[in-house]
Amino acid sequence: MGLNHEAYITGVGQSEVGIRLTRSPMGLTKDAIMEALADAGLTLDQIDGVASYPGKSHGYLGFSPCGVDEVIEQFGIKARWHFGGGEIPAQLSAIAEAANAVKTGQARHIICFRTVYEAAAMSRPEEFPALRRDTVDGYSQWSAPFFATSAACWVAQYAMRHMKDYGMTRDQLAQVALNATRNAAINPRAGAITKEPLTMEKYMGARMITSPFCLYDCDRFTDCSTVVIVSAGDALDEVSPNPVRIAATAGTVERWSWDQAEWMASYPTGKELWTKTDYRPKDVDTVQFYDGFAFFPISWLEALGFCEVGEGHKFIEGGTRIARDGELPLNTGGGQIGAGRLHGFGFAHEAATQLRGKAGARQIPGDPKVAVATSGGGPLAAALLLARD
Amino acid sequence: MSPPPRPRPKLDDDNRAFWTGGAEGKLNMMLCGDCGEFTHPPRQICRHCQSENMNAKAVAGTGTVATYTINYQAWMPGLEVPFVIARVRLDDVPGVVLTTNVINCAPEDVDFGDRVKVTFDEQNGIWYPLFEKAA
Repeated sequence: MGLNHEAYITGVGQSEVGIRLTRSPMGLTKDAIMEALADAGLTLDQIDGVASYPGKSHGYLGFSPCGVDEVIEQFGIKARWHFGGGEIPAQLSAIAEAANAVKTGQARHIICFRTVYEAAAMSRPEEFPALRRDTVDGYSQWSAPFFATSAACWVAQYAMRHMKDYGMTRDQLAQVALNATRNAAINPRAGAITKEPLTMEKYMGARMITSPFCLYDCDRFTDCSTVVIVSAGDALDEVSPNPVRIAATAGTVERWSWDQAEWMASYPTGKELWTKTDYRPKDVDTVQFYDGFAFFPISWLEALGFCEVGEGHKFIEGGTRIARDGELPLNTGGGQIGAGRLHGFGFAHEAATQLRGKAGARQIPGDPKVAVATSGGGPLAAALLLARD
Repeated sequence: MSPPPRPRPKLDDDNRAFWTGGAEGKLNMMLCGDCGEFTHPPRQICRHCQSENMNAKAVAGTGTVATYTINYQAWMPGLEVPFVIARVRLDDVPGVVLTTNVINCAPEDVDFGDRVKVTFDEQNGIWYPLFEKAA
């Protein structure tokens, strides 16, 4: 291969996904790193970069218990490049930054990780104190004083507006969770989160969280680490065959605010992605869309032009189009609603897994070559276009 | 169990006029003396023209419900549910929306486009701007 300045996902890994795990956050991170290294055919001494989102979350450790510095130190990595921060477009932007780093020769093989420990942390408050809510500043002061303390309340207001403007119904919204749990039920890593597929009857009978979201429209706190290894194009002779190219990345924001923006940042981000590639929505074989709340995948379908704005709920109606054997399989690993709140990185993990034909029982048919993974919603938005070309 | 206090904003020079204006019955928004645009969240520097000629201006305190959600989940111990969280588009503050609660009516009586007016809930020196349906 001649000079190749592209960036590739060359390995993925994931720890056990659980609720109130006792294994330490760094232990879970190790599990995911080791699996990803084996997948990529790399050893730790070949790693020269580390990236994560959002960096160690000191005020609320369950959200992000492992810092990039700590991972470098723990695993003896001689880093030429590292990055850990939250002020980027969204979770997957850490992987986009890693792609930029290998494209510009700043590193050859980068471990991108996201470790979450939110379920365990809530059960061990002495070790992991809860976020203080009595005094708020920054963005929180514009929502928490009105008891809109959860992102559920912020996102619900977009979903309500979509219902009002375009007529989305709850049985259309339900397809996100029904599809997610159908896929999660055959994902061996999702067993602690989803035992069996949800039924429409159970969905409609679930308690409401904040309208229009019921319990099953919200993802579930999880303990897990997810790793994606990003490698330079000129280092592909060092890794396992079948890498996935990061063909384009996008992330935009005009107002960093959940209420001052006219609408969600995913829409301009979706447009931006297609300006950076010759691929088009019709070329995409599967989509892995952030589903912290069930409205997000519907918004990403619209934002990326898989349907018209205001048509996302009709696109998923009945669930056949987004099923594993449908025309655009969505969240084939179960997403966060079905497989746990991995917080963004799970979507890149699953997209790469599908494109490399390694998804086992949930592998989609037809030799998929192109996938989109996204993360975020509201003022957060990042999209990755992945291709096996 | 008594209802939890509202989370308390940390006061600073940017936000003090907003969170304490209710003491005089005023909904104060930060207005630029040069370009005439409002900056919200409030800042000492105009986000439109970067002027530092910023002043708190009492606005009408009326608006419309742009969107809302009926919240059923008690996010804190003792929180009484359900209640309405809404985004209110202020009449005379172009481009500004406030996240707030619509109170003094049944949650199911709130709808898109409802005309609302500000009412303040004072707790420990903070005047929380809430809204109720305009007569």
